[in-house]
Amino acid sequence: MNIIGTSRRRVDGRAKVTGQTKFADDLVLPRMLHCKLLRSTLPHARIIRVDPARALAHPGVHLVLTGRDFPTPYGILPVSQDEHALATDRVRFVGDPVAAIVARDELTAFEALDLIDVEYEPLRTFSGPDDSLRFPEPRIHDYGDAGNIHKLVSLEFGDVEEALATADYVFDDTFFYQGNTHLPIEQHAALAAKDPDGKLVLWSSTQTPHYVHRALAKALELPAAHIRVIATPNGGGFGGKSDPFNHEVVVSKAALLLDRPVKICLTREEVFYCHRGRHPVLMRFRTGVTRDGAITGMRVQTVLDGGAYGSYGVASTFYTGALQTVTYHVPAYRFEGCRVFTNKPPCGPKRGHGTPQSRFGQEIQLDKIAERLAIDPADLRLRIVEQPETLTANYLRIGTIGLAECIRRVTVAADWKHTFRRLPSGRGVGIACSSYLSGAGLPIYWNDMPHSGVQLKLDRSGGVAAFCGATEIGQGSDDVLVGCVAEVLGIEPLDVRAVTGDTDLTPVDLGSYSSRVTLMMGNAAIEAAERARARLADAVAKKLGVPANRLVFAGRRVFDAEEPDAGVSFAEAVQLAETMFGTIGTTGSYTPPRSAAKFKGGGVGPSPTYSYSAAIVEVDVDPATGWIQVPRVWIAHDIGRALNPTLVRGQVEGSVYMALGEALMEEQTFRRLPPKLSHALVHKFPSMLEYKSPTTLDMPEVFTELVENPDPRGPFGAKEVGQGPLLPVMPAVANAVYDAVGVRIDEVPITPEKILKALEAKAAGKPARFGPTSFPDVPWPSEPIEVPPPWKGGDGRAAETRTSEVRSTKSEGAGVRS
Amino acid sequence: MTHNVQIVLTVNGEATEVAFAPYKTLLEVLREDLNLCGTKHGCELGECGACAVLLDGQPVLSCLVLGVDCDGRTVTTIEGLVTDGRLHPLQDTFADLGAAQCGYCTPGFLVTAKALLDEQTHPTRDQIREALSGCLCRCTGYQQIFEAVEAAVATRLSTLDSSTPDSRLTPDSGLQTPDSRGPR
Repeated sequence: MNIIGTSRRRVDGRAKVTGQTKFADDLVLPRMLHCKLLRSTLPHARIIRVDPARALAHPGVHLVLTGRDFPTPYGILPVSQDEHALATDRVRFVGDPVAAIVARDELTAFEALDLIDVEYEPLRTFSGPDDSLRFPEPRIHDYGDAGNIHKLVSLEFGDVEEALATADYVFDDTFFYQGNTHLPIEQHAALAAKDPDGKLVLWSSTQTPHYVHRALAKALELPAAHIRVIATPNGGGFGGKSDPFNHEVVVSKAALLLDRPVKICLTREEVFYCHRGRHPVLMRFRTGVTRDGAITGMRVQTVLDGGAYGSYGVASTFYTGALQTVTYHVPAYRFEGCRVFTNKPPCGPKRGHGTPQSRFGQEIQLDKIAERLAIDPADLRLRIVEQPETLTANYLRIGTIGLAECIRRVTVAADWKHTFRRLPSGRGVGIACSSYLSGAGLPIYWNDMPHSGVQLKLDRSGGVAAFCGATEIGQGSDDVLVGCVAEVLGIEPLDVRAVTGDTDLTPVDLGSYSSRVTLMMGNAAIEAAERARARLADAVAKKLGVPANRLVFAGRRVFDAEEPDAGVSFAEAVQLAETMFGTIGTTGSYTPPRSAAKFKGGGVGPSPTYSYSAAIVEVDVDPATGWIQVPRVWIAHDIGRALNPTLVRGQVEGSVYMALGEALMEEQTFRRLPPKLSHALVHKFPSMLEYKSPTTLDMPEVFTELVENPDPRGPFGAKEVGQGPLLPVMPAVANAVYDAVGVRIDEVPITPEKILKALEAKAAGKPARFGPTSFPDVPWPSEPIEVPPPWKGGDGRAAETRTSEVRSTKSEGAGVRS
Repeated sequence: MTHNVQIVLTVNGEATEVAFAPYKTLLEVLREDLNLCGTKHGCELGECGACAVLLDGQPVLSCLVLGVDCDGRTVTTIEGLVTDGRLHPLQDTFADLGAAQCGYCTPGFLVTAKALLDEQTHPTRDQIREALSGCLCRCTGYQQIFEAVEAAVATRLSTLDSSTPDSRLTPDSGLQTPDSRGPR
């Protein structure tokens, strides 16, 4: 291998360091107009009247749009088509878009917002799950499982009550994970235009151009073939640009109506309202263990505060219960999840999507288990690591597992044996582990088509163009595409032009979410490149008079392995092939293997393979003030193979950084305005100054270990790295705090105030912890969907409804099975 | 509509005359009136550091500076870091060492780091952290940024100390042909 595995400058590196990367707001078109959205000032209200007359009369205003202009709903999931580009009859959170102004410049549009007259009739505000579970009326949406409950799920794999009854110990703990947001430095921006043929083109900072394409076709009632969505490089996404957004639909409609380009760039405050970030989750873990630490069974319950819309929420709900079984062997498993609607910005997928919350609970509980059993927590985890190439209780098929090696590497690097429970008071270390998908095994819209496609065009010059719908969000997907193609064809990365994220030009790739791009696009790229190589090899073999399988592609040459001087340049090889076969273009595609899970809800969790991580975090805690600092983090990640180690390390360190933000300071929280104002429920601090995130001064030293054991399912053996390394860090911080000062902080963020309260409780002889003390009364379904695990003779179907389940698999085609 | 004001300033070494509405910030003048879109914005409230540029050699947040206050002054943006077609050593090390992921905060980091290196020949890791503490990056976790700044310092020192520069760190090393990189 010449390129794969080598640390090198990413192909788009020069553009980024010279400021030449064109982000959405950098695009300017002749006759371009500017758009601003009027957003709701009330958290929950009926719209009585929207009067645009005064705004329309304002000089420089070209168009005012309201909910009447957007009768058709859309949404990312087929089961949650609950959004309108502008509110039709109801607003559901402070920040919900109500009207849009299109004007000659941003300032004029902004001024005209004040001239739109809106009359509201306030409705009861639902500020959290307690409200939503208690009051079924008024319903925030007229769909969902009951009242203001969006989704209720209940799954059981084996007899968990029996497993808990036969355990030596049963641990019962509650945890709370506060919501937080992505905070990409780039504010969302979009530019729409009618192209010279009269068709719509939208440039947008989106992670999912394919899904935006679909949503625009639906919401605007246009033929999809006449819509072109171009994903501009994202200035950070982290999951926050994965939904089709109001502003994208609005500027598209405006551009078509006015026949002029229309741009919008959200303010930072508006980005907080777009949100789709981490769900606040309250969770309860009941886990049975034997004396030697083996898990006998586990029952997990989660309540998710979903905010005002569905977004990815049904998937998020399932994800809070999907991956507990993937790290450690869990012979019997029960999961109950509940997502409620509330009058806050909608939650959705943020790095780790639904899994960090329950990972937090699981890994802290394991720490408590280890202590009770007097087993070192690293050793305990080594004892119970799941086996490779197995099927879990909930029918997730695991590929390679490098978790044991990850644990060994971090414990050696951090000198765990000499630090855990041995540091002076106030200093501590904690360990935690995790696993994550290398791409969702099922598409959002169920079908049997490929999840990623790559098309190659080989030029007589020796240049290659690689087309793929994948979206560059900073993670380096263009570099992966180019690297894979260049490796197979024996040329240099800069010889390959990546053309990505353009629904007119590129084959579909589902988007930059679920850590799917490297594995899926990479496999598609290798297939396309191998097909091209075969053509070239045939032509060169004929010319050289040697068998095609003896040819080597390397160093921009194609040559005989046995006689390396006999060969042609890569460009000549293309010319020979073009002479022999005509124009050289090939395609490759990737479709994940079929899931073994055939029950309702089994669509969330399957993946071609899983990555694994282990982290040790060191903390300094001042017992007098609760002040907490993190000086060092050791992390090992099972990557399969690092395609470009520089980028892999960047993903690991970036994950650790974002995790520390969540662990220590970041929270998307809300407050009531004073009663003499509107008493409205508003975002506590929709600004970057007050929404605290780690700076250069807060970031600890991070020691990264990459565990490379190539997985045959991945391109050159690679697994994901963008999300997994975030997961173990938050619980490792909590476990380190316990090691340092002997108190359990069972929620994030772990702030000095909470540590101090727990220390005070400890001093007063009360339980030495800070965290939730109760779990709400949720109307769980009386009977879970029962699926016998593989070792109980199960075949992946629910116990009593086997025939009907099979039928629904075929007919639904409706994304997340619900 | 407000009447435009006109100023004369030096931008990236070029004398520049520009007219704009008087309420505009330097950020808006650069991006909208001078087509220098390399300077980014993340908040327009002085909170994120993405819009940092050098004003008379000192890093400032261009979203907090009024354009009219820049009359007669010298502004350096990310576009001004390339000289004679050669990348600044910081640009090379940022590109080579993973210091730019999405690249959106990168221009602000680069000009701020340049100001540091213009003043300090051997900044320590703590001084680098301090100098860059006004810039937020959500992708990297900052570590590869620190390493890139340190590598640029090392390059400069090695260029001063000897005549055999590290090939990895020569300007535009990403554009080298495989032959010039030698066998791998």
